[in-house]
Formats: sequence, C-alpha cells, structure tokens
Amino acid sequence: MPVPPDPSPELAQYAHPERLVTTQWLAERLDEPGLVVAESDEDVLLYDTGHIPGAVRIDWHLDLNDPVSRDYVDGERFAHVLGSHGISRDTTVVLYGDKNNWWAAYALWVFSLFGHPDVRLLDGGRAAWVAEGRPLTRAAPSRPTVAYPVVERDDSGLRAFQADVLAHLGRPLVDVRSPGEYAGDLLHMPDYPQEGAIRGGHIPGALSVPWARAAAPDGRFKDRADLEAIYLQEVGLDPQDEVITYCRIGERSSHTWFVLAHLLGFSHVRNYDGSWTEWGNWVRVPIVRGTEPGGGRGRPR
Amino acid sequence: MTTAAAPLPAALAEIAQDLQAASTRGRLDLLLEFADDLPPLPPRYVDPAGTALLERVDECQSPLFLSVEVEPAAPRRVHLFFAAPPEAPTTRGFAGILHAGLDGLPADEVLAVPDDAPMRLGLAEAVSPLRLRGMVGMLARIKRQVRTKTAPAP
Repeated sequence: MPVPPDPSPELAQYAHPERLVTTQWLAERLDEPGLVVAESDEDVLLYDTGHIPGAVRIDWHLDLNDPVSRDYVDGERFAHVLGSHGISRDTTVVLYGDKNNWWAAYALWVFSLFGHPDVRLLDGGRAAWVAEGRPLTRAAPSRPTVAYPVVERDDSGLRAFQADVLAHLGRPLVDVRSPGEYAGDLLHMPDYPQEGAIRGGHIPGALSVPWARAAAPDGRFKDRADLEAIYLQEVGLDPQDEVITYCRIGERSSHTWFVLAHLLGFSHVRNYDGSWTEWGNWVRVPIVRGTEPGGGRGRPR
Repeated sequence: MTTAAAPLPAALAEIAQDLQAASTRGRLDLLLEFADDLPPLPPRYVDPAGTALLERVDECQSPLFLSVEVEPAAPRRVHLFFAAPPEAPTTRGFAGILHAGLDGLPADEVLAVPDDAPMRLGLAEAVSPLRLRGMVGMLARIKRQVRTKTAPAP
C-alpha cells in the first residue's frame, strides 16, 4: 500500500505536495514497509561512495536507457529493473540524487512514462541529506526481488517527439539550457572532441529559463511564489498552456517538467527528450540564434 | 575497423585485462579503487597561480582539470596531474586509470596510445559509452599537451 504523503507544511504550498518529501520525513521512514528509496546520479559511482541506508541505485544510462536505440527501456526491461530492486507496482518510491536532483527528476519522469503510481522526489536531494549530516552507508541493501507487472510505456501525454515540436511551434516552449547554449554561442575548439549538435541556437519561440533557476542555494526547490515569479510573471506562461520543455538530451528539462507539472500544477507539460542534440542536427528545421525567442514570440511580458 | 587494433602500453593493457576479467559489478569496484587512489595534486598546482596551469576537460560531465609535464631529458618521460572533486568518483576513476597506465612513460609511447583506448577497457557496459567520452577527451588532451610540449622550438 502507498505510504501517506509527507504532511510537512513547507510542501503544502505546491500544486502536488504528495510528489515531494522532506529529509526529516524520510529519515524517520527508512524502514517503512512499502517504501523504497532510490538514488539516481549523474555519476554512476557516487552511490558506491555512500548512499542513504537501504537505498537502491537506479542508473539513468544503464537501467532506464535502451542499450541500442536512442529510447527508454521497454515495459519488460522496466519491470525487471524495478522488480530486482524490490519495487512492486504499489511501492512508494522516493528518488534522490546529485546536482539538485537533476537525474532523479529525469528518473521520475521515466517512471511516470510507465505510470508508476507513487513516485516522489526528496526535496534537496543528496546534497541536503549530506549537508544535514544524515547517515550514508556503503553497505549494499538487501531487497528481495519482487514481481513488477509488464506495463507498456505511454509516451503520449508526457513526452514530445520532433514532429510534435514542429506542430507545436507558436505555442510555449521552454529552453532550460545555459544562456550560451540558447544563443548559439557554443565554442568549438580545434581538435577537441565535443558532444553536441551541428548547429547552435534554439527552437523558434522558445523562452530561456535555465533549469537551475528553480532551485534555491541549498538545492531545495524555491517557494511556489518565487517559482511563479519566474515562470508565470517573468516569462508569461499560464498553467493552462500546453508547454514543451527541452535541453540537450532531455535530462535538465525533466527537472523543469517536474517544476511546471507538479509544483505549479500545469496540466499539459511534455518533455522533448530529443532536445538540442536532435533539433540542432535535424536537416532544414528553423533555428533562432541570439538572445531573443524569435519565431513571432516577443520578449517576456 | 579493417586494421588490427594498435596495442596498449603494458601497464594500461594490464588494467584492461583486469577490468575485462571482472564482472560488471567488479568493474565498478575496480573503478572506485582507482578513484580512491588518484594521487592528490602537488602543492605547485594548488595555489591560485598553480590552478591556472590546469586545463579543464569539457568532455567530462563533472569538472576535471589536468596538467602534463614532460621531462626535458630523453626519453622525455611524461607526468600527469589531475584534479576532480570527491563527488565525481567516475571522473576520478577515469583519471586514476590514465595515471596508473600512462604516468612515467616516454612521450612517444604516450603519443602512440590509440585514441579509442578508453573504449577497450571493458567499461562501456558498466558505465555506458556516453560517460566514457569523458575519458576519451582526457586522453586527447593529454596527447595534445605532450605534442605541444615536445615540439621543437621554432
């Protein structure tokens, strides 16, 4: 059975407070039946240097990406990964990780494609847990394998593909990359291998809101009023808008997807995981360079 | 590939053998050992002026800085110095492998290391090919610095 939500008053301000937990709440529930904590980091070894006691590792490359095609795993593989970590369909999963929960939010978004009913983020992630001096261990968790049903992934509501983005031009897009990437000022140095795209710039009309603006200095999410000041007042989004977020490969934009969908209550937010590594390499699609959104969209109001 | 792969230097080949002989789990454990064993920077690289001598490797997902010194006398032995934070253990592990495999080799042997050597360590399965690009970037920059530092004066 799902574990009741964290009732902490600081979470009540958000649209879907049941999607977040506080470090204190989690610290009191590490042995709670029906709850599994999962660490998801950019660095695949960070978990091994010490993790929250009992936490399992979900790696975004090794567990969630298809090993061959540029796609996420299928229902069978997802069922295998979760079941082998002792997660069943009715388990409450609390994800946390490094870099302001960047990768944990990405994992949460992929869990959502499979419709896992109860998946939450630890507000502040690994950094907040460590900063409060809470326990870490190198001991491997022992969680017996359980059965997780094979559920077909449903990309329709949460994931945008290139054709969806083309059809969406003229409606709100949020580019969460750094200002330099947005403007197309990427520096290429001779002889240096560089992952990226053939062309620099942004999708026409995309608003620039670097993803980390949603995080407070301690790594926790900013208060709702501060988030609204950015996404509603500053760049002019409306919670009723259909919005597509993107970055380079769809990871940073999962963080912003979480903010819009779960903290501010936008009902139609999709993440474009092809992102700039697809758009910037795609033949004959429109691109805007510079700091203005372009594409007929004016400056933020 | 139509030609036989160029050989790795002995120390690096030994590391590759150890990694390939290990299970996926064992490879991560070995990588963590290399991360733990990465030597700290000598003091001359630590003060603000020394920090400026370090080159940033942008291909790594986490910040990594490196410097290369080449002995003036033949056989121009190469010495490698790396800085990466403890919260980036994979990057530290990559640096540790390159340090253990290349430090002290003559310049021409370092330059002869095939560019795809990181892909031949058996790590792709354990850490993913995308992450290994960071190590490819480190190797490219090491070789570039060696080339620059051994070029005859104009």
